[in-house]
Amino acid sequence: MNKLLLIIQREYFSRVKKKSFLIMTILGPVLLAGLMVVPVWLAMRDKTDHQVLVLDHSGLFLDKLPNTKQIKFTYGAESIQTAKAKLKDGPFDMIMEIKGDALNDTKTTPVLYYKKQPGISVEQYITNTMENVLFDYRLQGDSIDLTKIDKARRPVELLTLKVTEDGKDEKTNTEINMAIGFACAIAIYFMIFLYGSQVMRGVIEEKSNRIVEVIVSSVKPFQLMLGKIIGVAFVGLTQFILWIVLTLLIQTAVTTVLFKDQLADTVKHNSQMEKVMKNDLSAGINKMDKVESTNEVIELFNNVSNINISKVLMCFAFYFLFGYLLYAALFAAIGSAVDSEADTQQFILPVTIPLIASFIIAQSIVTDPDSSMAQFFSIFPLTSPIVMMVRLPFDVPVWELALSMFCLVIGFLFFTWVAGKIYRTGILMYGKKPTWKELGKWLFYKG
Amino acid sequence: MTPILEVKNIHKNYANHVALKDVSIVVEPQKIFGLLGPNGAGKTSLIRIINQITGPDKGEVLFNGEHLAPKHVDYIGYLPEERGLYKKMSVGEQVMYLAQLKGLKKSEAKARLQQWFKKFEIENWWDKKIEELSKGMQQKVQFIVTVLHEPKLLILDEPFSGFDPINAQLIKNEILELRDKGATIIFSTHNMGSVEELCDNIALINKAEKLLDGSVKDIRKTYKSNTFKVTFKGNLIGFTNSLWAGAELLAKKSEEDVHTVTVKMLHQNKPNDLLQAVLNNAEILSFNEIVPSMNDIFISVVENKTTLNTQSAFTE
Repeated sequence: MNKLLLIIQREYFSRVKKKSFLIMTILGPVLLAGLMVVPVWLAMRDKTDHQVLVLDHSGLFLDKLPNTKQIKFTYGAESIQTAKAKLKDGPFDMIMEIKGDALNDTKTTPVLYYKKQPGISVEQYITNTMENVLFDYRLQGDSIDLTKIDKARRPVELLTLKVTEDGKDEKTNTEINMAIGFACAIAIYFMIFLYGSQVMRGVIEEKSNRIVEVIVSSVKPFQLMLGKIIGVAFVGLTQFILWIVLTLLIQTAVTTVLFKDQLADTVKHNSQMEKVMKNDLSAGINKMDKVESTNEVIELFNNVSNINISKVLMCFAFYFLFGYLLYAALFAAIGSAVDSEADTQQFILPVTIPLIASFIIAQSIVTDPDSSMAQFFSIFPLTSPIVMMVRLPFDVPVWELALSMFCLVIGFLFFTWVAGKIYRTGILMYGKKPTWKELGKWLFYKG
Repeated sequence: MTPILEVKNIHKNYANHVALKDVSIVVEPQKIFGLLGPNGAGKTSLIRIINQITGPDKGEVLFNGEHLAPKHVDYIGYLPEERGLYKKMSVGEQVMYLAQLKGLKKSEAKARLQQWFKKFEIENWWDKKIEELSKGMQQKVQFIVTVLHEPKLLILDEPFSGFDPINAQLIKNEILELRDKGATIIFSTHNMGSVEELCDNIALINKAEKLLDGSVKDIRKTYKSNTFKVTFKGNLIGFTNSLWAGAELLAKKSEEDVHTVTVKMLHQNKPNDLLQAVLNNAEILSFNEIVPSMNDIFISVVENKTTLNTQSAFTE
């Protein structure tokens, strides 16, 4: 049997069989699902409604302040003293007193009494609605037709269409693609860190166990390193897939159990939304090209967005794989150079800097995706896995993408070669922590 | 007969020091070859080159007359001095893995392992984790892994360290049995007693250079200094006087009227001359030639002494 395959098998099964793998696999989606479900659930449970008693001496606001789920306005006429007495154990937790003529008298301000400090959003809501009411009064005072104002204030919806080289219009879904690009970049970042450091720990384990000399008398050190990197990659892949599957399962389970009613509402709402969207779209398309029938156009639109998604996914697979391989090799080299995990800090930092820098660069790419900085870092192999994923939705020229991929493969080969050289010498060196200069010398030892 | 291993003029340099300087050794098949030398002499560097873990800067290694190549790995078994196993893995999984890395098929590895485990009476260890075993137990497992693929050349670096005397004897017997079955063994150790007991040939390396090699018998003969140990009953002064100028008294030890002396023959005198000279004055109880131990030879060669310290030979 192929020795490399044997090593991959061992690295894979020894990790997958561990209890910590099982725990992480289960805990990951629970946390992730929790992250998605808990806020919704909390918001649903949020019963902190505010009952506001409005004592309006001006009479301007009577029944004019709109209620929301959180804030309910009740209008009263009692004196402020009796109202304040009620505040203690009555249904109201706030009293708003509006003295005098709010419309013309700008000096007397409304007063909000409370027994428990309300959030800033509550205060803001109250002032906003009051401003709106007064705004309408003033317009009416100038005998301006409110319906005309409403009509005049129509929002503009911008349909963005890309004109392709062969002159066709294409609807692109930049926001969604961008979100996917960012999500992919984050996934790559985490996988590199999580599993790269697993490779490193594996190397240190073999070294401190002193089993490594036995193994390298049977296989080439490079084979051992490669087997470990690939084995851990499969572990990562397994965990990733399990996470996705489990997350989806948990999410559906929780949503069906907890939010049965809300779910029905949402579905109804969604289908309505879809209808509206379809209408909008067909309207837009009809203006654009009246000859084609609506259905065909929708299909085309779907196809276009599908192509974009598959491109993103293919790039994700590529950058994920080669990004991981490149960094895992570097992590393996670090592991081989030290005797214990405590000694790794000095060497880890330079490896992690490009990764972290990628994310800082990614922020600026969103605002200017074609700057020369964006171009450079999406081609430079140490940063390209993350930067290119973020840049991808902004129509990167094909030659740049090809160059970036080519450079990444070259970078992968180069860094794996370097790592292999350091690894080969490092695994048999015990004692003193090597300096950078010594690592450099190891590159030129004869195998 | 082609030697199983020929190391020719090997040089190996590391960044700041020379590990091996023009070292050559020849290992005859089916012999036990002792690779001796103080710590840091270059033994491990040489062993790693033979195992193809590292390569020499200059020189070549022949295995069975062929240039050493990756395929030879499967014919070599190596037990490093610094050895260990995966702590979290079970014994069974681990030995199967290491056996397959040496090119054994799964079924074959399993069958052979069962035999070995039975032989060492450790069948019930199969499912135990390595970390549950004592150091000596781990060593046993490691030894099995080293010899399982029936290597033609077995390289053992300090194989007895960590073993109690009973298990050390067990391993010793195994080594001899393997040799009788056709294996060649390179054996690196500081334990000179076991060198005398086991080795047919040796090479002594110090400070990256080979100082001495040959058969143990020949080497000990060469380092003989024509010295004899005589135990007798009688008068010590009379004995000493009768030596004349033919021999020199080096050391003496007396218990009541039984004396033990070390005598070095001078000129071309033979043991019989000595005996004739002293017979009238003493009742000889024993008469032995002192053959220097490997320990003495080792110390003397490493410290570059011209004569052997016979005092230590005497007290041995």
